[in-house]
Amino acid sequence: MRHGKYPFIIGFLVVPVALYAIFVVWAYIQAFYLSVYEWSGLGPVENFVGLGNFRKMWDDTLFWQSIKHNVFLLIFLPIITVILALIFAFLLNVGGGQKGGVTRGVWGSKVYRIIFFFPQLLALAIVAVIFGRVFGPDKSGMINGLFPESWQPWLFLADERYAMGCILVVLVWQAVGFYVVLFSAGMGNIPTEVYEAAAIDGASRMTLFFRITIPLLWNTVQVAWVYLGIAAFDAFALVNIMTVDRGGPDGATSVLSLMIYRNAFEFSQAGYASALGVVLFFLTLTFAWVTLSATRRESVEA
Amino acid sequence: MTDIFTKPELDRRTLLRRAAAVGLLATPAVSMLSACVGSSDEGTQDQATGTKSADNPLGIDAKAGVEIVIFNGGLGTKYATDVDTPLFNKKWPDAKVTYSQTEEISTIIQPRINAGNPPDMINNSGSKLMDFGAIVKAGQAADLTDLFAAPSLDIAGKTVADTLVPGAVEQGSYDGKPFAVNYSYTVFGLWYNAALFKKNNWTPPTTWAEFTALCDKIKAAGITPFGFAGANASYYMVRALLTSAGKIGTEQVLKDIDNLKEGAWTNDAIKQAAEAWAGIGKNYINKTFLGLRHTEVQLQQNQDKVAFYPCGSWLENEQAKDTPSGFEYAIAPYPSVTASDKLPATAINAAAGEIYFAAAKGKNPQGGKEYLRTMLSKEAALEFTKLTKSLTVVAGASDGVTISPGLTSANDAVTKAGKDVFMGYLFDTWYKKLDDESRAAANDLMFSDYDAAKFCERMEKASQAVAKDSSVTKFTRS
Repeated sequence: MRHGKYPFIIGFLVVPVALYAIFVVWAYIQAFYLSVYEWSGLGPVENFVGLGNFRKMWDDTLFWQSIKHNVFLLIFLPIITVILALIFAFLLNVGGGQKGGVTRGVWGSKVYRIIFFFPQLLALAIVAVIFGRVFGPDKSGMINGLFPESWQPWLFLADERYAMGCILVVLVWQAVGFYVVLFSAGMGNIPTEVYEAAAIDGASRMTLFFRITIPLLWNTVQVAWVYLGIAAFDAFALVNIMTVDRGGPDGATSVLSLMIYRNAFEFSQAGYASALGVVLFFLTLTFAWVTLSATRRESVEA
Repeated sequence: MTDIFTKPELDRRTLLRRAAAVGLLATPAVSMLSACVGSSDEGTQDQATGTKSADNPLGIDAKAGVEIVIFNGGLGTKYATDVDTPLFNKKWPDAKVTYSQTEEISTIIQPRINAGNPPDMINNSGSKLMDFGAIVKAGQAADLTDLFAAPSLDIAGKTVADTLVPGAVEQGSYDGKPFAVNYSYTVFGLWYNAALFKKNNWTPPTTWAEFTALCDKIKAAGITPFGFAGANASYYMVRALLTSAGKIGTEQVLKDIDNLKEGAWTNDAIKQAAEAWAGIGKNYINKTFLGLRHTEVQLQQNQDKVAFYPCGSWLENEQAKDTPSGFEYAIAPYPSVTASDKLPATAINAAAGEIYFAAAKGKNPQGGKEYLRTMLSKEAALEFTKLTKSLTVVAGASDGVTISPGLTSANDAVTKAGKDVFMGYLFDTWYKKLDDESRAAANDLMFSDYDAAKFCERMEKASQAVAKDSSVTKFTRS
């Protein structure tokens, strides 16, 4: 039997590994290679510039602006989403207190669970178009339409100060449902005895949340944090579709992924776009590493 | 050629989502990449020719068939099947015209060009048009010098070139030789509702003082005097501003910009134009337009909520289904900014577009050219305008014919401008990055800081950055 083991395993692995190597690993290698060339995206790649593209990036104010916006999302997207999702998941699962020895969610929690998940079913492009209308800058916009006629309309995406905030709101709206489900699943794994014991000791719902739910859910939260962080490095679809002048007004919503796309496909600067891609690659990697090592702590075995 | 599959931005797993989000899969780029037109000289086939005569100035073979391919897009194909071909066959009943249409020109035509078997006359247009510069370089486009020198089909005593609007031949010329007929003609200016203006006794302004005075009146009437869509169409504003600059200091100002000349954007003409327009932005625009798309602002104009809108002559057709009856599109040239503008107030920016060319290595290139000569006849041009609501480069072809108020108005404006019609600029297609910067800068100028000096400095800096960037392919014009 033993001698047949390796061909069996290899047989399973060869196709996915080959696909991964060709379409992911090779693409990475190409991006690294192209990032040291000045290349329009057409014709032969021959003009080696070393770190020239990176130097250009250093002097590019739009690059720093984009980094700033990515960092803004990186800080606020995970925090807000995780907090909201935790609160909702707690309410849906435990918030209703106990009845007959079983912890339950608040009244109607099954319906809420479905509603929360709805945004996840919509393609991001559709979400972007819908929110483009929600944030409409004149009275035809959904939010502005709610205000009295005499009010000056809020410009939302057309105002440099709020544009990035609007993007954040949409990202959170879209993500929360998924993490509610994720955390719900995690909470389902927490034995009810633990809650019971705490409840018998007279713990309030607050105490249950902070002393039992969060510690026992820590691994899931950590994963959610990394996922959301990576999503914060993206935000391409929303920015591309929703914002004024794509990434505007005047660069106020530009993000790295949009810069990469525009340089590669619109400005014929594939080399520069690759260099931006390389930077994004390292930023994402660094973020994941920092998050995972900073949040590492003994997971509480239930 | 396979590089497209390993584009650098593939380094994220979200690629597919993004690609789908913008509706842009790699396919169009692939066809662009494969646009290196082969210039195989071998196997040039026997080409049909006839004897040149007064009646047959291009010397076509009266019995040889002509194959044409028309792009099926916004202009449709009816003008070819119902107008041009019957007209061609009226003169050449024995020459069979083989017609086909496509929405993807490069997909259909490029393999045939590379195989040495192109159609005789091709309408190179649409999102999948072929890089025409590359086609010319590869020797695949027939030299149209004889076509333009031939007598017009139905305008007696004039050559084809004589019958066209100024600049039409130049626009299809490469290194001084004409290779393309740019057939449709777009006029740019300030669009307004003539009915609304008549009702209120407003007349389109010719000087800047008149312009602002009128804007005050319009504002008092509760209508936004001027607007453009900042969210996706601020390049309409760039064109307005640069047209004003061109009128202040002639088209040379715009040529300098195209040629990335140092100081081109800090030129006094640009400064004055930017200052004048910033004043309009400061006092007469609706701030919410920064967040609106072109269709939204255009709709507001149809509802008489906006008076002036800077645009090209496609506007009327684009808005056809939203335009209420009683709304009459009309165009006014941009008013003179100063009393010392080098071009008169009637001067107007208009440009030819939509390429038609005869393949150099087809079976019947002369037949293809004769088909083009038919298209450039006054009769064909008028019918084209009627069918497509788009003017042609045939000067005055639709004079005196009422097709739609907007077209009549655009036609009048061109006639009034006379020799002062100028093509404008090309930097927006040559240097996308500079185009992008100009859009953001125009929004900034018109909606937020109204600072003309900053606008000029910023564009000058961006222009010089492009000039110094060796990774950008440069073009020049004179």
